[in-house]
Formats: sequence, structure tokens, C-alpha cells
Amino acid sequence: MSELAIRGGRVIDPASGRDEIADILIKGDRIAEVGSGLKAVDTIDAAGLWVVPGLIDMHVHMREPGGEVKETIRTAAAAAAAGGFAAVLAMPNTAPAVDKGYLVKYILSEGREARGAEVLVAAALSEQRLGERPANLSGLARAGAVAFTDDGDEVRDSRLMLACMKEAARLGLPVLVHAEEPSLVEGGVMNEGGLATKLGLAGRPAIAEQLAVVRDLLLAAEAGCHVHVQHVSVAGALRAIANAKGAGQRVSCEATPHHLVLNELACAEYDTNAKVNPPLRCEADRRALVKAAADGTVDALATDHAPHTAEEKALEFDAAPSGMIGLETAVGIVMTELVGPNVITPGRFVELLSRAPARILGLTDGGHLAPGAKAHVTVIDPKAEWTVDPSAMKSKARNTPFAGRALRGRAAATIVDGRVAFALS
Amino acid sequence: VSPADQPRSRNLLGLQGMTTAAITSYLDDTRKMKERARKAKGPLEDLAGRTCCLMFFEPSTRTMQSFATSARALSAEVTMFTAGATSSTVKGETLLDTATNLEAIGADVFVVRHRSSGAQHLMAKRLAAMARSGEAETPGIINGGDGCHEHPTQALLDMFTLYEHFGKLKGLNVVLLGDIKHSRVARSNAWGLTACGANLTFVAPTAWIPEGVEALRSNASGAGDLSVSHDIVDAIRDADAVMALRIQKERLAGEPGPPGAAFAAEYGLTAKRMAHAKESCVVLHPGPINRGVEIDSALADSPRSLILRQVANGVFVRMAALARCARPRRGAGGKP
Repeated sequence: MSELAIRGGRVIDPASGRDEIADILIKGDRIAEVGSGLKAVDTIDAAGLWVVPGLIDMHVHMREPGGEVKETIRTAAAAAAAGGFAAVLAMPNTAPAVDKGYLVKYILSEGREARGAEVLVAAALSEQRLGERPANLSGLARAGAVAFTDDGDEVRDSRLMLACMKEAARLGLPVLVHAEEPSLVEGGVMNEGGLATKLGLAGRPAIAEQLAVVRDLLLAAEAGCHVHVQHVSVAGALRAIANAKGAGQRVSCEATPHHLVLNELACAEYDTNAKVNPPLRCEADRRALVKAAADGTVDALATDHAPHTAEEKALEFDAAPSGMIGLETAVGIVMTELVGPNVITPGRFVELLSRAPARILGLTDGGHLAPGAKAHVTVIDPKAEWTVDPSAMKSKARNTPFAGRALRGRAAATIVDGRVAFALS
Repeated sequence: VSPADQPRSRNLLGLQGMTTAAITSYLDDTRKMKERARKAKGPLEDLAGRTCCLMFFEPSTRTMQSFATSARALSAEVTMFTAGATSSTVKGETLLDTATNLEAIGADVFVVRHRSSGAQHLMAKRLAAMARSGEAETPGIINGGDGCHEHPTQALLDMFTLYEHFGKLKGLNVVLLGDIKHSRVARSNAWGLTACGANLTFVAPTAWIPEGVEALRSNASGAGDLSVSHDIVDAIRDADAVMALRIQKERLAGEPGPPGAAFAAEYGLTAKRMAHAKESCVVLHPGPINRGVEIDSALADSPRSLILRQVANGVFVRMAALARCARPRRGAGGKP
């Protein structure tokens, strides 16, 4: 059995309350021991670095099958590992959509072969993601899906949503919702408001998100289902989620790094790399989101990594597809903009990027560093200064509005099942 | 202005953010151009030996003809490119390919109309980037209308017509009537008129007033007021000019808002309603008119109407714009 010791790093593991200099000994694909003076044949010297439970990105578009021109499971898994993520949750809006057990198995198997980050699968909620008939959720769960979602689109039909939520509740798996009321965002390409008016672009109003969140919370409460709201971006939606949590409902939500650090002004020069759904919002919403990430209203951070080709992003703003990549910038962005200025503590950072996603997805042996846990470990250099260079990325795509941004903090190594999937050279 | 920015300064992309002085100088140029053209026996020579390329990715007869007439009146060679209703996306040609092609065509000034807001901004940015990597001079781009964003020459001709008629813009009360939300003419006029000190009132059903409408007021010091009204009679009482926008019939299908007949009944500019306006109040319309929808036929043809004057002035405004935006003749020392 292979052995790996990560020595002398600052081990930050909120699950055990640990934040101290320590060694970690990995045997095979499990954590064997956390302590001092631990040795193995293979070692990583982590002096001056953080050693944290493997980060989990629960919102990644790997594009395979069907979108291989944008990204593949292999390139996305490599990009994830390079960004410090030991596990990612693949979204099912592929072509075909992941609505059958064999497709779940295909992605899991390709994910294992990719030898990057571990690839987990979210399956479609409805057949072909059309929002018409429920997919066979129990079959998808049996094949290994850990969550259900029609991400990319809101499920319009409330009856369908309720039925799917009841079935998900029976299976004990979460439903992830892309909350934007379709009739209110039809044709919209950026946040609705004065800036969209000034740019002559059609808007997607904040109320569309709040309304959809409120509906989905009500349906989930009725179904007794764990609902997870994806990429929350407006204050109104955060209030609704906080209220539901206060009332004891099983609800969680995620925020993206881009919604936390950018506002709608990123669209002011018609930069298609800043076009994303839900859109980058006004500054007041951004501030509310940062506060919510700090105070616990936001449970997890997730990138919504959405690769597109340069040709697609070279189209007019209204014609270009929505989405930006995020796997290789997330840690740097969050370290620089939130941890550096003490908006969130290092412990909260680990909570947001590892422990919470593990809890939401029911990964009982992930998100912590206790003996017996999965040997998913991320080593972070909190002082590394670097500049975002899309051409140096492992992702196939280059669509990021963060190109050229100077950051402080990045992944130094990513251990997946005891294997070094990435090490910064 | 840094040297790197100079290629961009030869573009006319919009009136948003333009200083009062810059707009005034455009209007001055137009006045001079009109005087010279009136006195001259034949075409002026300003753009002799230079090429003007009209690229229209959205159908338009009037604006294209107006620009073509203007270019020929300056002795420019005119080439035209129309993509009809097909978008560049459909053809598989990206916007930036188009920009690269613009450069390869080798014209000195481009007039571009595009259905997507911001398309010309992206093209101009691309051309400027190409210039920085070696080329000394890039051709100028004149925005002939982009999506719901800007239509600067239309607004300048509206403003010039008002300026000519009243001898001033500052302090004028102007009513803009119609679908403000989707109108590039409204946006350019709003920024331009308020920058020059005119007070503007948008009159439209709620569904046609965009969110954050105050963003359409110029932030120049001394800018005029911008207000919204839903009562056409009340709004025209103090108006010096009423500008009716063309109702885009194709819009009425999918968007919330009153259908044509309901709009005409509640907001249409009729002789009866105009009776509440001052004697001196004039009527404008960017054309083509939907007679009986946004404006009564009789009113459009009445002495109050400056509509034909607008069309005539359009040529002089566009001559001024072309002369300013064309790449200087090679060896002319960079003087525009």
C-alpha cells in the first residue's frame, strides 16, 4: 500500500476543530493519522503552507458528452486538480443530458480514468432535461448520481418539480435548483437596471431569481426534500433562504466566486466573458452575498465552471453563450478577495469549499481529515503571488473575465484518493 | 489623449458620455457643412480619393441612402455591404472576423449598422488593438445604429434641426413619445439633448419605460432634466417640440405593452391633442412614419412638422460625421 506524508503544514480542519502545524499520514486511499513526526517513503514538505480537506466544487460543466469542443472530462478533471479541487460535481446539461443510468456510469468511469479530481455526477431531474416528464431518479441514484438537477434552466412546471422533489426526498438525495423564473428572464442577457438600459441590453431582473427561490423553497418544504439553491446572486433570494433556514427547513445554497467579487460593471464594455447566468448583479447585491458567505447564509462556494470556445465568446454580447470558467481561479480569487482582507477566516474558507459541499452531497468520508476519511487533501500556498494567464490553464477553455488579475494564494498540491493529482512546479 | 487612443477618437459610436462641447462642435460642423454644400456647384472635395464603406447587418433603406448621399456629396467612393436579415452568427462569421475584414477592405471610414447592442464598440476595440500592433492609422467607425443602444447620427440630426429652428437647445422642453425601452433613437437623443441643456420628458406606457431610466440623462454639468409622464396631453402643454418614435410593429407581438391601436388611442399624437400645445411647438419623427399609430397623418404634414427638414439635415449631419471620422489621407500629416 502506498504511503504519503504531508509534513509540517498548517492543518485546518473545521470538522475536528484543528488549526495547527501537523503532519498527515496517508495510507492507500485513506487518511491514516494526523499528528506529529509522521513519516513515509513519499513526502510533501508543507512548511508555510495550508493543508486542508480536499476542496469540492459542486458545480462544474464538464461538457462531455456532446460538448467536447469546449471541454472534456479529462481536461476539466485536470483543471480542477490544478485549481485545488479534489472532487467536482459534473452537471447533467450535456448532449445527451445525463438522464439515464448508463450515462451516469459513463461519466463516473471516464472521471476515474481522467486521474484528475474525483468526478461525481449530478443527474437530470427530467427526461432529456426538457422539464416535461421526471427522469428515472431511483435508477439514476442506483447508477451513482449523488444529486438531481436540470441546471441551466429552471423547471417551469411546478407539478413536475414537486413530484421530482418527493422522489428525491425518498431517495435521500438533494435537488439542486437553477432559480430564475423563465418568463421574467426571457431574452435577458445581463442584470436588469440602469446599466443594462444604458447599454441597450435586455435585462434579467433580480425578482426572477427571488421568485423562483421562493417557489422552490415552498415545493421542497411540501415534499420534505433537501433543496440546494445554486449560484445565489441577489439579496432577496438570500433573505428567502435565511428565513427558510430559520424555520428549520433543510435548505442549502452556494455562491460563485464571480458573483462575490464582480458586479454588473464587468459588462460595461460588452465583455462577453462577463456574461453569465444568473447575471453579475448590482453592487448592493454583491455586498449582501459577501456578507452571507461570511455569516453562514451561504453554505458553499462553487464555480459554475462553464467552458465555451473563443469563437463563441467572440460573438456579439447578446449572441454569445453565457458562462465563465472558474476551476483554476476560484482558490486564488477567494484567498485574495475574501481571506486576505479577513472577510472570512481560513476555517470558514475550508467550510465553504470542502466541508459544506461534502455535507450537502452526503459524502460522509469527505470534507474532513480524520483517520479513515478519504485521502482527498488540498495543499494551499497562501502567499503565492501569481497572475491569471488563461493560456497556461489546463482547461480547454479560456473564457474568464479574470485574465491578467494579480492574485495571492493558490493550490500547491492536490491529493485525490492518496494520489498526487497535481503539484505546483 | 494618449497616442494609443487616437484611433478610437475618430469613431462616432454614441452620444453617451460625450461632452457638451464635443456635441456642440458636431452641430457647428454640420452648420458649416450645410453652408458649404449649399454654396457649392457640385460635390465637395473633402473625401476625394477616400473610400466610405457602408456595412449594414440589419436592413435599412433610409439611413443607408442618407449616408451614401452624404459620402458622394464629399466625393468619397462608396462601397456597400448588406447582410440583410441574416445575422453574422447565422453565417458563422464572428463579429471579430468582421472587424478583421473591415480592416482588410481598406476603406477609410465605415458606417456600421448591427442588430446587436455594442457590436460596433467591439469592432472598434478590435481595430484599435490591431492598430496598436503595428498599423499607423485605422479607419473610423460611425455607428449607424446598434440594437437598442445608440443611433448617434439620427440624434445629431434631430438636435441640429431643433437648433436650427429655435437657435438654441438649452432650456428647450422636448417630449419623446413611444417605445423608449427598445429605442436607440431615444437613448442617443436623451444623452445628447440633456447634455446640451434641453429638458426631456419621456411619454410612454409603463412597459415601454426601461428600468433605471435616469441612466439616460447626461451626467455633464448643466445637463437638462429628464422626466417620465404617462399623460401625453399634460406633457405637451409646456413642450417646445414633440418627437414621436416609430412604433416597431415587430416588437408589439412578443413584448408586454399595448398593441398599436391601444397605443394610438392612449398616446398617439393627434391634432386634437396638439391643440393643447403652444403655437410654437414643433413635431419631429425619425421616420418611417406609421401614419395613424404614433402620429396623425394630417399632423405629420402640417406646418408644425419638421419631418422633411430632418431628412434633409440628415445628409449634412452625416457629411460632417464622415469628414471627421475618415482616416486622414496618407501623407496628410494626421490632420483629420
